[in-house]
Amino acid sequence: MSFWPIAVLELYPVFSWLHDLLASIGLPSAWLQPLIYLLLGAMIFGILSLIALFLVWWERKIAAHIQQRFGPMRHGWHGWYQTIMDAVKLLQKEDIRVVTRDKVVFFWAPVICFVAAFLAYVVMPWGDGLIVADLNIGILYILAVTTFTVISLLMAGWGSNNKYALLGGMRSAAQVVSYEVPMVVSILTVIIFVGSLSMVDIVKSQSGLLFNWYIFRFPFGPIAFITYLIAATAEVNRTPFDIPEAEQELVSGYNVEYSGMKFAMFFLAEFVNMFTVSAIAATLFLGGWNGWEFIPSWIWFLFKTLLIVLLLMLFRWTYPRLRVDQLMEFAWKFLIPVTFANLIVAGIFKYLGWYW
Amino acid sequence: MKDVLKALGNSILKTPLGLLITIKHLFKKPVTLDYPRKKKPMAPRYRGRHYLERYNDGTERCVCCGLCAASCPADAIYMEPEETEHGERRAKVYEINLLRCIFCGFCEEACPEEAIFLGQEYEFSDDNRDSFIWTKEQMLVPHPRKDNPFKKIIRRVRKVYGVTDKNR
Repeated sequence: MSFWPIAVLELYPVFSWLHDLLASIGLPSAWLQPLIYLLLGAMIFGILSLIALFLVWWERKIAAHIQQRFGPMRHGWHGWYQTIMDAVKLLQKEDIRVVTRDKVVFFWAPVICFVAAFLAYVVMPWGDGLIVADLNIGILYILAVTTFTVISLLMAGWGSNNKYALLGGMRSAAQVVSYEVPMVVSILTVIIFVGSLSMVDIVKSQSGLLFNWYIFRFPFGPIAFITYLIAATAEVNRTPFDIPEAEQELVSGYNVEYSGMKFAMFFLAEFVNMFTVSAIAATLFLGGWNGWEFIPSWIWFLFKTLLIVLLLMLFRWTYPRLRVDQLMEFAWKFLIPVTFANLIVAGIFKYLGWYW
Repeated sequence: MKDVLKALGNSILKTPLGLLITIKHLFKKPVTLDYPRKKKPMAPRYRGRHYLERYNDGTERCVCCGLCAASCPADAIYMEPEETEHGERRAKVYEINLLRCIFCGFCEEACPEEAIFLGQEYEFSDDNRDSFIWTKEQMLVPHPRKDNPFKKIIRRVRKVYGVTDKNR
């Protein structure tokens, strides 16, 4: 029996090469597997950090051009390494700590937020065979792990000992918990058709072009996609659902008291989370890495994900922010009934075999 | 019920329309300037930094009569006269405090010799107060003149005030 999970075997050319390389240095064979996993983790961490930096820049450019401005222009072509300079600046900044803070909670909140953002990528199918571990509870694992973010936001709000931070944390907890329900239910609609929770199975069940993707399984696919998108926007605390960090009312919400690298961790985690929900949407509804054969699968995945990220950014610069009561009303009185009705009808159709 | 359905239909139909508007704006040309690289062309009579003009042979026009200093509402001009070897009067010291100057252009109008002009430059920022006191050497146009972009504009300003090089 092999030590290797299936996915790593599928990545065989790279990892067998790495395996041989490390073995030729003379490392004991017991170390090889943990070392290769460490390298995998480092790779995903590096790629995601780059993506997050890119997204920050992209968001700024999109925002600027929607408002007919230029945005960052000074560093490189159209300011492409502006965010890298920002990160360097944040690294150099003083780490200001409030005297009245709750020491343990204040320290661990950004760490948990940052780690939770990256955990989902264990089961994210980047391309054909490009997956760290093909867990059979893949999507459930992602949903379980990304919810850690709520805890960290609440911890940040509480640990800062600041009324604005606490308000932001409480609001975000209330919001994320309520929007978790329609999000999960609209994901379940897809799961009903797939019959499996594994991310690889989900992608493989919609292999082929356009009309095999779940967004085109009328009428349940499109409805589930739209409700998922709305719930996901709320899940990552973006406008129009950004009351946790409403700049005009709460200064900046849960992260007011954070500065320097701790703030950067929150900031990067936010953008990684945005990429995560977009990647889930791309995988579940847009066919993941499926597409024309002559374009590599990971390019398809990135393309579809970035398309949804672009959509989220357009949402942000189009719609005004909702009030707290409107937000809750929208979640519980509209979104949840719609998603449940969608789920139930889809389930009945599937059971009666009227649907493929 | 009917109203609720109508409102729902409206919101479902009109929410994507909002997206269309933002997408339309995404491809419009920005209205702002990429400032330090591209600068807005200033109006021909814009009053920016001061220039001290010369005659075509290179001698300074300014005779240090003090009319500009007298007309200056902000009291920003200081000058001391001297005599050249030909017995002509000219400024030994001619200083303008740009922190006091309000760029009203009265000095330009008061000058009987058409010696001082306000040019087009408006970027004076510095981290040192002393460097805002501009001396004669900083304001005199170089001789022979470099082909600077302000030359044409200064000529046009002279025309506006009815003065050309001919009636010097």
